Amino acid sequence: MVANTAEFALEIQELTRRFGPTAAVDCISLSIRQGEIICLVGHSGCGKSTLLRLIAGVDTPDGGTIFLEGKEISGPSAFTEPEARNIGFVFQDYALFPHLSVEQNILFGLKACNRAEAIRRSAELIDRMGITHLADRFPHMLSGGEQQRVALARALAPQPRILLMDEPFSNLDPSLRDRVRNDTLSLLKTLGTTVIMVTHDPEEALSAGDRVVLMKAGRIVQAGTGYDLHDRPLTPYAAEFFCDFNKVPGVYRRGKIETAIGGFSQTLAAPEGSSSTLYIRPQAISVARDGGDLSGRIVGRSFHGQFEQFLIRVDELEVPLTVRTTHRLPQDVDLVRISIDSGQVLAFSEIKI
Amino acid sequence: MSILLPHIPAIGWPTRRTGARWLFCASVVAVLVALPFGGLLVQAIQGSPGLWVHLISSILPVALADTLVLLCGVGIVTTAIGTAMAWLVTAHAFPGRRIVEWALLLPLAVPTYIIAYAYLDILHPIGPVQGAVRWILGYSSPRQFRLPDVRSMTGCILLLGFVLYPYVYIPVRAMFLTQSANLVDAARMLGVPRRAIFWNVALPLARPAVAVGVSLALMETLNDVGAAEFLGVRTLTVSIYTTWITRSDLPGAAQIALSLLLIVVVLVALERWARRRQRYSGDARRHRELEPRPVRGLRGAALLILCLIPILIGFAAPAFYLIVEASKRVRYAGLSPRLVDEAVSTISLATIATAVTVLFGVVIAYTNRLRPGAVSSWSYRLATMGYAAPGTVVAIGVLIVLATADRLVDQTAIDWFGISTGLLFIGSGAALIYAYATRFLAISAGSIDAGLARIPVSLDQASRSLGQSPTGTLRHVHLPLSKAAITAAGLLVFVDCVKELPATLLLRPLNIETFATHLYGEAARGTYEEASIAALAILLIGMVPVILLSRIGRSGH
Repeated sequence: MVANTAEFALEIQELTRRFGPTAAVDCISLSIRQGEIICLVGHSGCGKSTLLRLIAGVDTPDGGTIFLEGKEISGPSAFTEPEARNIGFVFQDYALFPHLSVEQNILFGLKACNRAEAIRRSAELIDRMGITHLADRFPHMLSGGEQQRVALARALAPQPRILLMDEPFSNLDPSLRDRVRNDTLSLLKTLGTTVIMVTHDPEEALSAGDRVVLMKAGRIVQAGTGYDLHDRPLTPYAAEFFCDFNKVPGVYRRGKIETAIGGFSQTLAAPEGSSSTLYIRPQAISVARDGGDLSGRIVGRSFHGQFEQFLIRVDELEVPLTVRTTHRLPQDVDLVRISIDSGQVLAFSEIKI
Repeated sequence: MSILLPHIPAIGWPTRRTGARWLFCASVVAVLVALPFGGLLVQAIQGSPGLWVHLISSILPVALADTLVLLCGVGIVTTAIGTAMAWLVTAHAFPGRRIVEWALLLPLAVPTYIIAYAYLDILHPIGPVQGAVRWILGYSSPRQFRLPDVRSMTGCILLLGFVLYPYVYIPVRAMFLTQSANLVDAARMLGVPRRAIFWNVALPLARPAVAVGVSLALMETLNDVGAAEFLGVRTLTVSIYTTWITRSDLPGAAQIALSLLLIVVVLVALERWARRRQRYSGDARRHRELEPRPVRGLRGAALLILCLIPILIGFAAPAFYLIVEASKRVRYAGLSPRLVDEAVSTISLATIATAVTVLFGVVIAYTNRLRPGAVSSWSYRLATMGYAAPGTVVAIGVLIVLATADRLVDQTAIDWFGISTGLLFIGSGAALIYAYATRFLAISAGSIDAGLARIPVSLDQASRSLGQSPTGTLRHVHLPLSKAAITAAGLLVFVDCVKELPATLLLRPLNIETFATHLYGEAARGTYEEASIAALAILLIGMVPVILLSRIGRSGH
């Protein structure tokens, strides 16, 4: 069996890994181009970490094939041991060797090249990562952010053909996380490294990757750019993974979903007169003291700093609508007018998952 | 984006070869350990049916009765002393408690045959104790007054009880320390008076720990060959020994060994059963230590004296006796070359056995980590089954296996080269090393496994993804990180090899004596020449793990 072309850094075909009766990775196919940054995202237990471990070779698949730069590294005719794959791995807990200094940790993967060359390359990386002052320290003397940088430097030292990162930022303080993530990704972009990164954080997935792969129960739900997944989800699952929605019941007639609060144009592969659910983003509803299409009463409000969230009861609906707005309303206002931006409204054919 | 390909059938999938060599080595080790037990079984079955009849009618009744009485007695004595001492030192703060707390471990350093050897002399009718008693009471000759003879079942039970109680004391004390604080407080608030706490709360709580401790103490009792023989108790273990040594009857010895092994299996099963509900003890909730109640003045002194009794009987008295006797001997005759030879052979045998056992332990524990699965977990179980088997049983099993191997090698050599190799394995120390490794592999594999378990698995994966093979990962990551556990394992195995008597007695090469066999020989002959020096040497080496244990106990605070 041959890979399609070598233009892909990594190609996965029908990969399966079972643990007892459940398939942690269920017949997944995925191709990754050179220099691409992929974000695998999903709730815990969806199989994203297992997929990463299969690619690294520390776990063995039950079926399917993996090609690295066109060469079969895992499949019916070959299995390359992890040490022979030259795939970098940054672990969630960083997995720095506690008995080795920062420099020795980075040198660990450079045993294959000669000593002088190894030291030169590690010095270059240490300099590039801005951790020169840490070189002689031991992992337990480093902060979380510093450990993360060392782990990255160590994984990059052997110039891996592809870099895998398992929740690399989740152990960092929220205040530090954004900065470290930006630094890391811009470095990886500059180096042109092909990256597969696992995260459970929807925002991180949308912002970090060239392409986002959403997984559920061992399968890929949807893959595409962040805009694709957020703005044009193919399934309710994908939609709700990246955004909270108001769900309003309705009926599909003549290219519209008719609900108690009006009709909204949607193109669905659904029979006339079938029931359908309208998905409205909280930020698609605007609130004002007058104007608007519907009247409502504020029954709850919570302040989040960047936005304010209202619960607004509308006579036509059983459940109050959740609304997020950056506009401020005076505290004593409770009767409001609302209008819905029909461009930010979604619906799904029942035949889809 | 993805390419659809015809589904590939899973048949003919290449089996992954990661660590295949490790898995193979682990299986070999497991088979090596299991072989003596298999050999035992085969040999016992091959023995003529007449032998079984003889065994059941003449040897078993007496030996079995003696063994069971001894087990019950030792069980009661160790439970009583171990539990009482654990409660005294954890629930009461009296002067000297800190010292007594670890000094109570000291009898662990005294092998059963040494305590019997020492007390035979200390309590001899014309020995120091009886002499002193007569002097106090105003008698002049042993004919007028003598204490009951120590060479009896009662004497054997008491002496074994006083050196084996630490096996109960250690787990029960740990249980009291970690479990009882909140429960004791709760019980008191529910109206249980302080006096009744021990019976109503502490003792029921300690039951699983007692079960663990007593089963270990009883395994040591079954293992003992010296004390029982010196004190005239004919246990199964002694019967095995005499059946082989005096009658050269290997099938007979194998049959008795099998009966003994059956008792061990029952013991292990009982222990599992007694602590079947022990799950609560392992919970990770932050525990509060029991706050000991201050006891001062005369009552405090009384508690201290109470705690000193087992230390005195189980350690201080025999140690003092050995020091006095050994120094007398050294002053009289110096260190004989014979003793130096024994020291060399004791230490070299123990060192080689330790190296082999630790190596096997690393193989078993690392394979279990590298390739978890049915094969490695069965290897682990088989390889560690020797821990409960008495030394005599292991020795007879090894004897059977190596005698067969010797015959095979000899025959092959004669067929091919026309040379007879003779008793290649049995004649050399190989048999003894084999027996030591079989018996002590559980200690080494267990503590190395525990050491490896503290290393996060992500380090293995990091090392592999950075280009190290499984073996390279072991060398560069696991060995440096589990140095302490491996050293501790080696130390424990070394000390156990030095102290080991029954297997050494049966398997040592003809011209070689170790400290333990020398002591046995002199005690059996009733001569008291240089054995006290050998005994003292064993005692001193045996103290090393006790000191380590007490340090671990203190750092655990």
